Amino acid sequence: MTCVVEARELRYRYPGNHDALRGIDLRIEHGERVALLGPNGAGKTTFMMHLNGLVIGEGELEVAGLRVGKDTLKQLRARVGVVFQDPDDQLFMPTVREDVAFGPLNMGLERVEVSERVEQALAKVRMLHVVDRPPYQLSMGERRRVAIATVLAMEPSLLVLDEPSANLDPRARRELLEVLETIDRTMIVTTHDLPLAAELCERAVILAAGRIVADGPCDDVLADTELLMAHDLELPAGFDLRAIRRRSRPQGAMVVHEHA
Amino acid sequence: MSGLCNHALELTGLAGDPDSPAHRLDPRAKIVGLLAVTVVAVSAPLELWPVYIGCAGTLVAYAAVARTRPADLWRRVRVVLPLVLVLGALVPFVRSGGTTYDLGLLTAHEAGLRICLAVAAKAIIGTFSAALLGATTTFPSVLRGLEALRAPRLLVLIAAFMYRYLFVIVEEFGRMRSALVSRGYNPRNALQAGPMGRMATAMFLRTYSRGERVYHAMLARGYDGTMPQLVPLSFGRPDACFVAAVVLVLVPLRLIELAP
Repeated sequence: MTCVVEARELRYRYPGNHDALRGIDLRIEHGERVALLGPNGAGKTTFMMHLNGLVIGEGELEVAGLRVGKDTLKQLRARVGVVFQDPDDQLFMPTVREDVAFGPLNMGLERVEVSERVEQALAKVRMLHVVDRPPYQLSMGERRRVAIATVLAMEPSLLVLDEPSANLDPRARRELLEVLETIDRTMIVTTHDLPLAAELCERAVILAAGRIVADGPCDDVLADTELLMAHDLELPAGFDLRAIRRRSRPQGAMVVHEHA
Repeated sequence: MSGLCNHALELTGLAGDPDSPAHRLDPRAKIVGLLAVTVVAVSAPLELWPVYIGCAGTLVAYAAVARTRPADLWRRVRVVLPLVLVLGALVPFVRSGGTTYDLGLLTAHEAGLRICLAVAAKAIIGTFSAALLGATTTFPSVLRGLEALRAPRLLVLIAAFMYRYLFVIVEEFGRMRSALVSRGYNPRNALQAGPMGRMATAMFLRTYSRGERVYHAMLARGYDGTMPQLVPLSFGRPDACFVAAVVLVLVPLRLIELAP
């Protein structure tokens, strides 16, 4: 079995000579849930955009069995689902149904199959009841879950979530976690919400100034207070990592570890 | 601010019985039929008063079939109609010709009065046509109808995004305004309008960057330049009958009166 993400010496420089990625080496296996942590400006979002071919840097990047390049973009976007930080950026169609159908229709699927996928994806995130409503009538938590459905409907092998818990109240955050734990996909979550990372992911990677500075089991990385402080990250005051119950996985889901 | 959004929502939503035959018509039929009513009314000189009665009768019949309440229609037309009527009411005082009527400080002229009546009749019919289209067709359906009628795709796309993001932008504008007011900004004259200008600039930059993010979100789900449709439009017998009925009633009325 091949890995889902393999980056070697991945570099990206924005116009104006700002180096966003300065040589990323990362390997993510099938079924893993990886938290990508780091302060603002660390390169998390830039890396996330590389996974979907929205930006293409130097070096080697293979995602979901495809070498990322202009010739593989169409297939790549069917295999990698990106959920952006602001659901209002993600939900641009007049109704939830049309929005969730947007990706599968672009994949060239038949309308009957698209309709089935729309209903399945919305049921998965418990939002089937809003299928005919316009996105702007939904709460932030509901929009976030619909945004996840828009990529689940494409049945990607890799799900990338950018700050999924941003602007959510505690209840909406809990509901989001309940939804995410039922999703049987390799998952990369970029976040500042360390308790969410601890609850959802078994592996954590810290990115700082365009480089990977830590990579290991989530519990170990988050327990290293000095490491967190050095990269402008911290757990909430009084937070006890040992009290965290790691979210379960859907039945049958399996993590394949090939890396050391 | 949400009040403003709700008001805008009310104006763009459906009115009447959503299952009425008028609501169920294909959007292309409604656009063509109601546009025909407007074109016939606008093109007819005032002397051809039976044409106006025919147009008004068609609209009344359509509203009755759609079971729209007069109050709902009035809420929509009052946004535009009073302004047009006020402008029309000024014409008798500036356009001279024919008999004059002395009203003390002002003098009204017969030629101006005739123009005023013609403008009022055309404005009322045109505005009610548009209001009835909006009351019986959702805005996204109007856009799909326009696209199917070969309206420029780019303009339709811009209108669709404007509709989707209008509420987001109005809310953002409200938040910025609150931030100004909370710091004591209370303009008393035009010279103090500077911060509002800078706010507009900030809004422009924000909407620009949002546009970029939305485009990325579209690309990430396989957008290739065309907006896919989940449910294709279907132009059936009732739609053809509606268009034929409007044309067969109004066009002869317009042409017969032209005969010497």
